[in-house]
Amino acid sequence: MPKAILYDSTLCIGCRACEGACAERWGLPYNDKIANEERISAHKLTTIVTHGDKFSRRLCMNCLQPACASVCPVGALQKTALGPVTYDADKCMGCRYCMQACPFQVPSYEWAKRLPRMRKCDMCYERQSQGKLTACAEACPTGATKNGDRDALAAEAQQRIAEKPDQYYHKVYGLSEVGGTSVLYLSAVPFEEIGLRTNLPQEPLPMLTWRVLELLPDVVSTGTVLLGGIWWITNRREEVARKEGRRK
Amino acid sequence: MKLRLPKITVWRAIFAAIMLSGLYATYVRIFYGLGGATNLSDKFPWGLWIGFDILCGVGLAAGGFTLVAIVHIFAIERYKPILRPAILTAFLGYVLVVVGLLYDLGRPDRLWHPLVMWNPHSVMFEVAWCVTLYTTVLFLEFLPVVFEKLGWHRPMAWIHKISVPLMIVGVLLSTLHQSSLGSLYLIVPTKLYPLWYSPLLPLLFYVSAIGVGLAMTIFESWHSSRAFGRALELPLLASMARVLAVLMSVYLWIRFLDLVHRDALGLLLQNRTETWLFALEIALMAVPTVLLYQARIRFSPHALYFCAVMIVLGFIANRLNVGITGIEAGSGAHYFPKWTEVAVTLSICAAGFAIFRIVGQYFPIFEAHSSGHASAAVEEREADSVGVS
Repeated sequence: MPKAILYDSTLCIGCRACEGACAERWGLPYNDKIANEERISAHKLTTIVTHGDKFSRRLCMNCLQPACASVCPVGALQKTALGPVTYDADKCMGCRYCMQACPFQVPSYEWAKRLPRMRKCDMCYERQSQGKLTACAEACPTGATKNGDRDALAAEAQQRIAEKPDQYYHKVYGLSEVGGTSVLYLSAVPFEEIGLRTNLPQEPLPMLTWRVLELLPDVVSTGTVLLGGIWWITNRREEVARKEGRRK
Repeated sequence: MKLRLPKITVWRAIFAAIMLSGLYATYVRIFYGLGGATNLSDKFPWGLWIGFDILCGVGLAAGGFTLVAIVHIFAIERYKPILRPAILTAFLGYVLVVVGLLYDLGRPDRLWHPLVMWNPHSVMFEVAWCVTLYTTVLFLEFLPVVFEKLGWHRPMAWIHKISVPLMIVGVLLSTLHQSSLGSLYLIVPTKLYPLWYSPLLPLLFYVSAIGVGLAMTIFESWHSSRAFGRALELPLLASMARVLAVLMSVYLWIRFLDLVHRDALGLLLQNRTETWLFALEIALMAVPTVLLYQARIRFSPHALYFCAVMIVLGFIANRLNVGITGIEAGSGAHYFPKWTEVAVTLSICAAGFAIFRIVGQYFPIFEAHSSGHASAAVEEREADSVGVS
C-alpha cells in the first residue's frame, strides 16, 4: 500500500516543528535564521510558508509518476513501491535534469560544494519502511501533517471537506496533478493563494517524453533500411555507369 | 640558435586574453564549485553551458553528418571537396561539447556513469549514448585523413571497408540525438514559454540542425578559403545555399503551422521580452532564407557568407531561447551568466577555431592543399589567419 502525507493548511499553526524534525532526521543544522528562510534549499528540505494568516508547507511531492526519476540518465532517482522517491547520491553525476524537469521545483543543489549532491525530501523512506511515521508527521502537534496510506488519506481529505464544507476549498490538491502526488493538500482558500501551482497538466509528465522515446526502435530500424537502401541504389547507379564506360 | 617569437597580432592578443580568462575561470570552477563559477540557482539549474556549449555546440557540428549523407549515401560526389572540413568541424565540435559538459556537470568525474547505469526512459541517457558513439564514429571518419598524412595504406584500406556501415550509423546517431536535444524540453510544459514549447520540438531541432549544418559548412569554407589562401568553392556553396533556402523555408513553415495549431499566434501580440526574442530569432532565419532564393546573392561570396552567418545566429538565438530565456518566466527566476561562464564558453570556441586552423594547416583537409603557392599565401595572410580563431 503506497504511503502519503496529508497536509491540512487549516489545521497548521505555523510552529515549524516539522522543519526542526526534518533537519534532525537529515543531520542538518537548524536555528532561528534557517527557520526564517521560507524556501526549500539544499540545507532545508521542507519549509512552512506564510501567506498572510494562512500557512502552507513545501516538501517533495513524491509524485506517483515522477518526472525527476524518468529523466535521470543514471537512474539515481527511483520511485519506490512504498511511495517515496529515493535518491542515490553515489550514482548522480550532477546533470541537474531532475531540477529542470520537476514541475514543483523541489530538487535543490549543493551549489557551494566541490563534490555536490542533489537534495530533496524522500518522505523518510527508511523510517516508513520500518513502519514508523515520517519525522514531520510525528512532530506535528496539531495533526496538520498526517502520514499514512494514500488511499485512506485521500478518503479522509474528502470526508473533512464533506463534514465542514464552509471551512474548506472544495478540492484536494495532489489527487490528479501531474498524474497524482504522494503529498495531498487541503486549504481554506484556492490553492494558488497558498502558493501552489495550479497550471499543471493532469497527465503524468513522463508520458510527454515517452511518446517520443518509444518511437526510437522504429526510427532506428526504418532509418537503417532507408539509408542502406538509398546508398545501395545510388551506388548501383554508379556501378552501371562505370560498366557502360561513361563517367557519371 | 635563433629563437623566433611568434608575431603578436591583434587576433592573437585577443585569443591569448580569452584563453587566460578561461584558465582563471577553470580555477574558479574547480575550487569554488558551480556556485562560485555560475549564476545558476535551484530554480534555474541550466544556464549558458547547457544553452550554448551543449545545445548550440552539437547543432553547429551537424554539418558533419549532413555532408556525409549528401556525399556518400546520396552519392552527390561533387560536394566531396567540402566533406573533410565538415567532418573535422563536427569531430572538434563534439569533443568540445564533452569539454563543456565537464564544466557543467556537478560531478564531472562521473561522466561515464550513463554508460554503466542505465535508464532507457531518460532522454538524457539516450543523448549521452548517442554523443559517445557518434564522437567515436567521427573519430573513425576522420582517421583516413591521419592515415593519408602518415602514408599508412593498410589501416586506410581497413577503415575503407567499414566506411559504409559507419556512415549509416553516424547519420542515424545524429538523427537521434539532434532531435533528442529538443525532446529534453518536452518534460517542461509549464516552464518553457509557449512560443517555443511544442510537441514538435524534436522535429524542429532536427530540421534546424540540418539547416545550420549547411550554413556552418558555408561559413567555414569561406573562412578557410581566406585563412589558407584557397579559392572559394563558390558554385558548390551556391547550390548548397539553394538547398538551405528550401530547407529553412520548410522549417519556418512548420514553425508557423505549429503556432497556428497550438493557438499560440495570439501571444505575438503581447508586448513581452519573449515576443521580441522570438521575433529576432525568426527574423535572423527568415531574412537570409528569402535572400538566398536570389542567384545574385548566392553567387556573391560576401552576401552568401552574410546569409550563412545570419542563419547560424538565428539558430543560436533559437537554442538560447529554448534553453535559457524561454525558461525564465516559467521558472520564476532571472538568470544572466556570470563572467566565468562566458569566459569558459569563449575559450572553448576559441580553442575550437585554433585547433581547426592547426589541423587544417598540417593535415590534408582541403583538396590541392599542399601546393607551394598555397603555403606562401598562408604566410601572407598570417594576420587574417587567427581571424578564424
